[in-house]
Amino acid sequence: MTEQATTPTNLRAGRISTLSAAPWVIATLFLLAMPFIFQSNSAITIMNQMAITIIFALSYNMLLGQGGMLSFGHAVYMGVGGFFCVHIMNMVEDMSLPLPLPLLPIFGGLFGLGLATIVGSFSTRKAGTVFAMISLGVGELIAACSIIIVAFFGGEEGVSGDRTYGLPFFGVEFLQQIEVYYLIVFWLIVSALLMYLFSRTPVGRMANAVRDNPERAEFLGYSARWVRFYSFCASGFFAGIAGGLFAINYEILTEENLNLTQSGAILLITFLGGIGFFFGPIIGAIVFTLLQTVLSLQTELWQLYVGALFVATVMYFPGGLAGVLMMHVPAFRLGRAGHLVVPYIITLIPAIIGIFGLCALIEMIFHLRHAPLGESEMTLFWTTFDSHAVVPWLMALVITVVAFAIMRRNMPTLRAAWHRANSLEEESA
Amino acid sequence: MDLILVNLIDGLVTGLLLFMLSAGLTLIFSMMGVLNFAHASFYMLGAYFAFQISLFFGFWMGLLIAPLIVGVLGAGVERYGLRRVHQYGHVPELIFTFGLALLIEELVQFLWGKNQMPYDIPEVLQFTAFAIAGNSIPAYKIFMIFVSVGIFIALLYILTRTRVGMIIQAALSYPRTVEALGHNVPLVFMGVFGVGTALAGVAGVIAGPVLGTFPGMAFLLGSIVFVTIVIGGLGSLWGALVASLLIGWITTFAAAYNIAFADILMAIGFTMPEDLDDSALRDLWTLTLPQIGPILPYLLMVLILVLRPQGLFGKRDA
Amino acid sequence: MNAMNRSSAPAPALDISGLKKSFGKAEIIRGIDLSIEKGERHAVIGPNGAGKSTLFNLITARFPPTSGTVSLHGQDLAGLAPFQINRMGLSRSFQITNIFPAMTVFENVRCSLLWSKGYKYSFWHMVARSRDLTEAADAILEQINLTNRRDLPAGVLSYAEQRALEIGITIAGGADVIMLDEPTAGMSHSETDYIVDLIRKVTVNKTLVMVEHDMGVVFGLADRISVLVYGEIIATGKPEEVRGNPKVQEAYLGAALEAEH
Repeated sequence: MTEQATTPTNLRAGRISTLSAAPWVIATLFLLAMPFIFQSNSAITIMNQMAITIIFALSYNMLLGQGGMLSFGHAVYMGVGGFFCVHIMNMVEDMSLPLPLPLLPIFGGLFGLGLATIVGSFSTRKAGTVFAMISLGVGELIAACSIIIVAFFGGEEGVSGDRTYGLPFFGVEFLQQIEVYYLIVFWLIVSALLMYLFSRTPVGRMANAVRDNPERAEFLGYSARWVRFYSFCASGFFAGIAGGLFAINYEILTEENLNLTQSGAILLITFLGGIGFFFGPIIGAIVFTLLQTVLSLQTELWQLYVGALFVATVMYFPGGLAGVLMMHVPAFRLGRAGHLVVPYIITLIPAIIGIFGLCALIEMIFHLRHAPLGESEMTLFWTTFDSHAVVPWLMALVITVVAFAIMRRNMPTLRAAWHRANSLEEESA
Repeated sequence: MDLILVNLIDGLVTGLLLFMLSAGLTLIFSMMGVLNFAHASFYMLGAYFAFQISLFFGFWMGLLIAPLIVGVLGAGVERYGLRRVHQYGHVPELIFTFGLALLIEELVQFLWGKNQMPYDIPEVLQFTAFAIAGNSIPAYKIFMIFVSVGIFIALLYILTRTRVGMIIQAALSYPRTVEALGHNVPLVFMGVFGVGTALAGVAGVIAGPVLGTFPGMAFLLGSIVFVTIVIGGLGSLWGALVASLLIGWITTFAAAYNIAFADILMAIGFTMPEDLDDSALRDLWTLTLPQIGPILPYLLMVLILVLRPQGLFGKRDA
Repeated sequence: MNAMNRSSAPAPALDISGLKKSFGKAEIIRGIDLSIEKGERHAVIGPNGAGKSTLFNLITARFPPTSGTVSLHGQDLAGLAPFQINRMGLSRSFQITNIFPAMTVFENVRCSLLWSKGYKYSFWHMVARSRDLTEAADAILEQINLTNRRDLPAGVLSYAEQRALEIGITIAGGADVIMLDEPTAGMSHSETDYIVDLIRKVTVNKTLVMVEHDMGVVFGLADRISVLVYGEIIATGKPEEVRGNPKVQEAYLGAALEAEH
């Protein structure tokens, strides 16, 4: 799970299972224990959402990270899988079909796979910009259809179902969130494992080869188009599974599950987490869900901050959070990570204070522009003040400027420490 | 017949508006290989800036100044953003412009809020130019046609008759050679990006009062613009023109003629099922042409891609 | 026409007839006929600008010819995609090193083995578990002397090592016709000798077609040499014959004189 997607460390055939199984076992135990640590209903709701997003983001990274295909319409495969699952849920209810609920996501996956097979047959001819534009067009087409084809998509209200009408599964009727949590976790582990294993198969390896050098791959006997097509189908399948789980968890799907906003969000999540590593999208999904649920309670402007974070990531850390984490591996291997602690503290703490100062300024401008007339009180970082007075503005400005100045002054120290921690020469100087 | 004429004019207005966006997008794409996802966001910025300026100095100053600001912003984005991301390849560039589009939408909401702005047609143009069989054609539409055709002619002149245009044309096909000849290609790139986004800005200024100035306007038009240049053939200016007009007319005519699908189906010889509510195909029977109008561009794109992957006028296989 | 003599005599490994290629008005390849037997090591040499790379790309169907045919084991290659040609037993290298720089050296070789080992588009095998793949890839690494670089990303290898890896990737799939495009371009003398030895070692019992700028490089290696000048083959024969050929001398000396000006 911690292996790098681009340069996988090779392991001798025999040892591979025991060595690489460890992260999976730990992750499983961790997931099973989570509800005992966070017992509140809202925590479980957040965790359910997180787990579904993780599957979706991992399936997206099969395209973007492993296959080099940038899609602006991936939500469609999850959404269509989800819509079919709601319909199946309703059919189970109406006709009393003997289908236990935990098997439902498979159907979501199959319908996602079916749609991906159709679309992939013409969209995977080329990668890059052309693929991106086709995915956008197809995505918009299906999202627009969802409002017109009312019989299937339910128009503006969407379609809803009830998960509890199915056959009880060993006595479990999935009335409670916690039961749904374990169902989702089961599918999360199964899908993540399968997606990881897919990247180790011949077609998964060739997906990387085609991403890096399609011409060379063609002269090795592989059709770049078919390699892309198989990745695309597999990705659609797992997106469909995520859609099925969404249907079970929320019991409703609407046009919002298909549109560009949703497709853009999964791109953002995956890229933020890091597309170069298998576990990148997992980090992205966790961080984004937390930002979405926690930050949105604090500020109306959370999307602005997330957007700025995204653009900054693309510009300065194209490896995403996972890339930043893995950057430190060499220093740890050399046993010099300790050298970085102090430089990090003296640059990052001012940086964080500076960012908070900047956010305060932004929030104050926003309040000044958009608060109802006559209301000049606002609360920020647990302090209430008058947004029309001069003192708070001065304070925020001074804090921001001073903090960033300190950060700038300490930057060279960090850079030097980084260089020392990563250089192969012995520490002589 | 008269209605057809009215729709032709309406479609022309939409098509030319699309072309102002797709022309800039095509120029940028064929020079730099970057599809600027944030292109429509610059169109939105044009509308908002012009609105803000018009509050103080009137519509005409807005038309003059807003595109300039947008162009400078665009050039800045190329210089300080895109050029940095360029080293990672085309896919990260596309992701960058996508992130930029998200960020610009959030910034617009931050500054102007979520509601539509009261950005209106200037009073001098609030009259009926002429009427065709009782259908009045507002003067503003004629104004829009003149502005876009004027810009198109200016663009054509610059590209074919001036030295800068020659360098741009050469840089389109042989960027390395042009650089070797001593021209500052990065500067040309920045200029083209600036001009392309300024064009989008102009489109925003003149479309804002008609189509509405609100935070969603970029994404609403943006996807149609991308579809347009894919249909026309990525990188072909003529293709962009033809596809823009085609889509302008298709969407206008689809919206104007209330043809029910039930009529077509019955004309072919199908019989309408008696109990519509139970039929799985009931939507097919209740559909009307105006309803499917908005999805026609996307359908057209998928068809084109299946039948002619390089687009209508594209030379290279898309 | 090749189909007819297939029954009587074994078809040559590679048969080129009447091959022409124009870019716009410029005719780069002006009618080439060449037949290369199975097991032959054949070198196409010629001064810069003679059209060697174009010829190479025509044979491997990277560009379509203006007229003429290329056939591999008697089968016409017109209109086939690179992967189809590769599956018919022709493998090529590139003049500009064309490897997978982000993958390890071992993985580069393993990827080039996948198709020929029958894994195709399989998504039910684990590549790391397939002992046959690992052993075959390690054997190739041994052949190209890169065993000690096995787990490094290919992008960090030295230029000569990358060229060796390029050759390794080209031969790994077990193709019986190997085409190398200037395998020693940009190398020092000792590196060139090393690569020529390597080529000799890995092409035993295979048909080799290589394009080369420098006659000296191929002299001890090739069974036959063709000299390409301005899109035409002016001589074909054993190395000694070709070297003595006055037309060849003229072409090379003429080119050398031009280069001095």
